[in-house]
Amino acid sequence: MSGVRALVGTRKGAFVLTSDAKRDRWDISGPHFGGWEIYHLKGSPADPNRLYASQSTGWFGQQIQRSNDGGKTWESVGNKFVYDGVPGTHLWYDGTPRPWEFTRVWHLEPSLTDPDTIYAGVQDAALFRSMDGGQTWQELPGLRGHGSASSWQPGAGGLCLHTILLDPSHPGRIFIAISAAGVFGTDDAGKTWRPMNRGLRSEQIPNPTAEVGHCVHRIAMHPSRPRVLFMQKHWDVMRSDDAGESWQEVSGNLPTDFGFPIDVHAHEPETIYVVPIKSDSEHYLPEGKLRVYRSRTGGHEWEALTKGLPQRDCYVNVLRDAMAVDSLDPCGVYFGTTGGQVYASADAGDSWAPIVRDLPSVVSVEVQTLP
Amino acid sequence: MIRVVLPAHLRTLAHVDGEVKLHVEGRATQRSVLDALEARYPMLRGTIRDHVTQQRRAFVRVFACEQDLSHEQPDAPLPDAVAMGAEPLLVVGAMAGG
Repeated sequence: MSGVRALVGTRKGAFVLTSDAKRDRWDISGPHFGGWEIYHLKGSPADPNRLYASQSTGWFGQQIQRSNDGGKTWESVGNKFVYDGVPGTHLWYDGTPRPWEFTRVWHLEPSLTDPDTIYAGVQDAALFRSMDGGQTWQELPGLRGHGSASSWQPGAGGLCLHTILLDPSHPGRIFIAISAAGVFGTDDAGKTWRPMNRGLRSEQIPNPTAEVGHCVHRIAMHPSRPRVLFMQKHWDVMRSDDAGESWQEVSGNLPTDFGFPIDVHAHEPETIYVVPIKSDSEHYLPEGKLRVYRSRTGGHEWEALTKGLPQRDCYVNVLRDAMAVDSLDPCGVYFGTTGGQVYASADAGDSWAPIVRDLPSVVSVEVQTLP
Repeated sequence: MIRVVLPAHLRTLAHVDGEVKLHVEGRATQRSVLDALEARYPMLRGTIRDHVTQQRRAFVRVFACEQDLSHEQPDAPLPDAVAMGAEPLLVVGAMAGG
């Protein structure tokens, strides 16, 4: 019988939540790596039992953990992330040059076809790849080699490469997003990169329509239509219909267009989900109401999804990697909050229930649909 | 035999309980002890000192014999009591950092 496995990263450990296809009763295992920040963990599409986890603390730095049995057991693999060549400088918050310095892995993106190949998006922003199951890591230096890199500035969370999208129809095409540089794309597996931010407008930077410098929070793609991209920017929800060459705003009737995650329904490429947050200086929900917004039209027209979600006195946040979908029918939608709740909907967002209410602050949620 | 006490998170990472006992060739220094520690427990590489610069991580301290040795030179000899195994070398997570 098919089932679902949700991989939850929190500020103090990882949790693995499992259910059958009904998605109404869940087993919870964890904390794994208790006390460590787990920015992200994700399974290989080519081998669902192969999982990778990014584990870090301010004391002891970065670890990468790997599981070959769906999260029952884990082993440390390589944690040596060394920038290629002389790292150079980017800009600090105050506009002065600052040497590139590795801090942590924000996002792990396993290859679509090879369980031993995995990409890592790191802070300070760079893209690394391992082709030996995480034992060794090499930077794809073409990204930081882009002429704009010395002008990249950190967002509030640091200069982080937080999103990696692999195009299933076009091997070698990768989109990444950096806060606060923006979207970059490659068609040659990471040798050369181009900024892909035309159409973005950010009033917080000196030139609001600059080629680089936008605080993109998350981008998403439906695998059946990889030329269509969706974006939650610092402010503004955007879409691209030409593989990132240009973007149009689709915020429409959202109560606020600030937020972090954005995701796409597994079977409806024009159905997308966001969680509006009040503002960039408040980082909590508007009106104390936890509302997921769904658009069935690829943006512009949004409906609030509230059934089963708290509608008063709720002031959590939902971080950029903390939303995911399964591929069952109906599509399941999942998200975690900074208050430690993980909510699930087994009916594409029409109704919600908490899987678990009292975890440490949730940083990331990924979901695997198991055969 | 050098005795090393690791902080809880690193004991978990290295799958050890209690003290670690290491045989160190030559003079016992912070560098030679950490080299031996990392050789036996490769998963600890990068957790106490940087992979490349070999600098102690900012929130890791090294104590022994009721002294803070964190700012000693890495090749300075450790106290005789540590070198002889009478006292452990303590690797400590600072009271900050995460």
